[in-house]
Amino acid sequence: MTETGVPAIQIQDLSKQYRRYSMAGISTIKDLFVKGFLGRERVARDTFWALRNVTLAVPEGRTIGLIGPNGSGKSTLLKLITGILKPTAGSISVNGRISALIELGAGFHPEFTGRENVYLNGAMLGMSKAEISDRFDEIVGFAELEEFIDAPVKTYSSGMYMRLGFAVAVAVEPDVLLVDEILAVGDESFQHKCLRRINEIQNRGRTILFVSHDLSKVEKLCHMVAWLDHGTLRMAGEPQAVIDAYLADVDRADERALRAVNKATEHQRWGTREVEITGVRMLDARGEERAIFDSGEPVVIEIAYRADRRVEDPVFGIGLFRSDGLQCYGSNTDIDGVTLPYVEGEGTVRFVADGLDLLAGEYLLDCAVHRRDHHPYDYHVRLYRFAVRSEIKDSGVFRPAHRWEDRR
Amino acid sequence: MASGVPATLREIIRFRDLVTALVVRELKMRYRGSVLGFVWSFLNPLLLMLVYALVFSFFSRHQIENYTVFVLTGLLPWLWFSLGLSHSVGSIVSGGPLIKKIVFPVEILPLVAVLSNLANYLLSLPILLLFYLVGGVTLTAWALFLPVLVVVQFVFMTGLCLILASINVYLKDVEQVLGNVLTLTFFLTPILYPASLIPDRFRVLLYVNPLAPLFEAYRNILFEGRAPAWEGLAGLGLLSLVVLAAGFFTLNRLRDAFAEEV
Repeated sequence: MTETGVPAIQIQDLSKQYRRYSMAGISTIKDLFVKGFLGRERVARDTFWALRNVTLAVPEGRTIGLIGPNGSGKSTLLKLITGILKPTAGSISVNGRISALIELGAGFHPEFTGRENVYLNGAMLGMSKAEISDRFDEIVGFAELEEFIDAPVKTYSSGMYMRLGFAVAVAVEPDVLLVDEILAVGDESFQHKCLRRINEIQNRGRTILFVSHDLSKVEKLCHMVAWLDHGTLRMAGEPQAVIDAYLADVDRADERALRAVNKATEHQRWGTREVEITGVRMLDARGEERAIFDSGEPVVIEIAYRADRRVEDPVFGIGLFRSDGLQCYGSNTDIDGVTLPYVEGEGTVRFVADGLDLLAGEYLLDCAVHRRDHHPYDYHVRLYRFAVRSEIKDSGVFRPAHRWEDRR
Repeated sequence: MASGVPATLREIIRFRDLVTALVVRELKMRYRGSVLGFVWSFLNPLLLMLVYALVFSFFSRHQIENYTVFVLTGLLPWLWFSLGLSHSVGSIVSGGPLIKKIVFPVEILPLVAVLSNLANYLLSLPILLLFYLVGGVTLTAWALFLPVLVVVQFVFMTGLCLILASINVYLKDVEQVLGNVLTLTFFLTPILYPASLIPDRFRVLLYVNPLAPLFEAYRNILFEGRAPAWEGLAGLGLLSLVVLAAGFFTLNRLRDAFAEEV
């Protein structure tokens, strides 16, 4: 099992075509059986290549990250490796027992208790009753469900459900573990716990294939990374190199997508519109509209307004929120001691930041114009999205401009 | 992936704990939430028997001694047969969410439907025994032959179920047609009446219906306490093996695309 040189997963010229079969050309009962069901040549109506000529070898004991945009074939590849789907062409060989975390708690029955579901789910994942009994306490302990294990799972919170699903799936002790995006769900402490368990599995020399959109997690966990794009393997190798190339490629696409979202949202807006915010743009140092910024980069938030009648002494404000709702910053012209005597007709107000020192992540932007006594003219709440990108793996909310000094 | 009957059987054996767990789940599920719970698995066939006994003692001129016991003897294995088929035909389709996410031998799903209904049949045997005692029908040593009949019916049903459940993935019409075919088969098979009651010009029905010798045999060994008609039974035994092989063949041919189709 620890033979070196033998890949744990060997994928050779793998292609997968999805088809919808049509009943055209089948007119008799005999045709139905000969051509329709048992025949090898079925009449395909629409075809679509989910994967094309993918060749990849994962050495034993390594962790490989699979990245790529939605619909690039990551999940298809995972299902082909598990054997849930069959390849259209090419081959896959997997060395050892395989377990897939594709959906936690798949096969749980809501009416049954946690205990019954552990046995049932474990059996589905290929464990014998004796194996499950041996590991039962460990499973329940990991899931932190000692008190609830005899309650029906329909009474569980979604977090409890996930914990139990994860606990059963990793109890299989596979040689090859496939993980599909599951760490994106659950609360923070559960995610940490899962990551720790995955680290343990790594340390035991198991092979892991890890699918995620969370590039920083991929970079932290994986020894190598493969990037899929529209069903083909664009690049595979060192995590840093592949992720950089991937980011450079998706930036342009993401910018477009984020801006489309900005244009499309029209909800969460209130106010009398005596002064109306007609547009909000985020600009970089060169005055170009952007939706993704590097941490620390200068940013201008430009608020365009229109006031049909003269309005005295308006206050313009902005708020920056992390996508989980945490307010990172908020201010307005009043707080900052800036007075706009009046507005009339069209114009713009700019919030100019010399450096946006937020950490990498997705953010939402509020813009508002109101009277000094907070009578609302126009509030745009969480209507604008932007992302901050950073190569540095620091943690928290913001990065104060700083340096380290060694004073010996 | 390895196909062929031996490999398939090995897979099923490897997952035997899953089969057991699913059968137990099936049995628990069926009556969970009803007040009488498991009693229903006895009560249902009894009520059905009562209906047929009533109807037939009104309309049939033929007077069969101990008719209720007579009917019950055939009705119980029939319920196993018909419920087993109806439950398994859609089992692969309704197991779709599992098939897409977990790798396990799909044949387990129809098999579980056959087995859980077999369990119901076996559990209802004590009731049958009770009726025999009350009705004054004495069992002979031929009753010990029952396991053989159960095995034959099991093999035959499993084969049929594999074929129907596989095809139903592509052609949902199978599920719709099955109910009607079962009703027709019920009346064409000597369950409510003895084979001897069939007029000569319709006797051909007995020979083309593979279930006829089986249900005759159930009554022969239990109700009448004598040897079954060997030729018919041997024929069915052979046919069962053929059907089972056909079942695995159909399933293995179609299984590769199940995860995409369900």
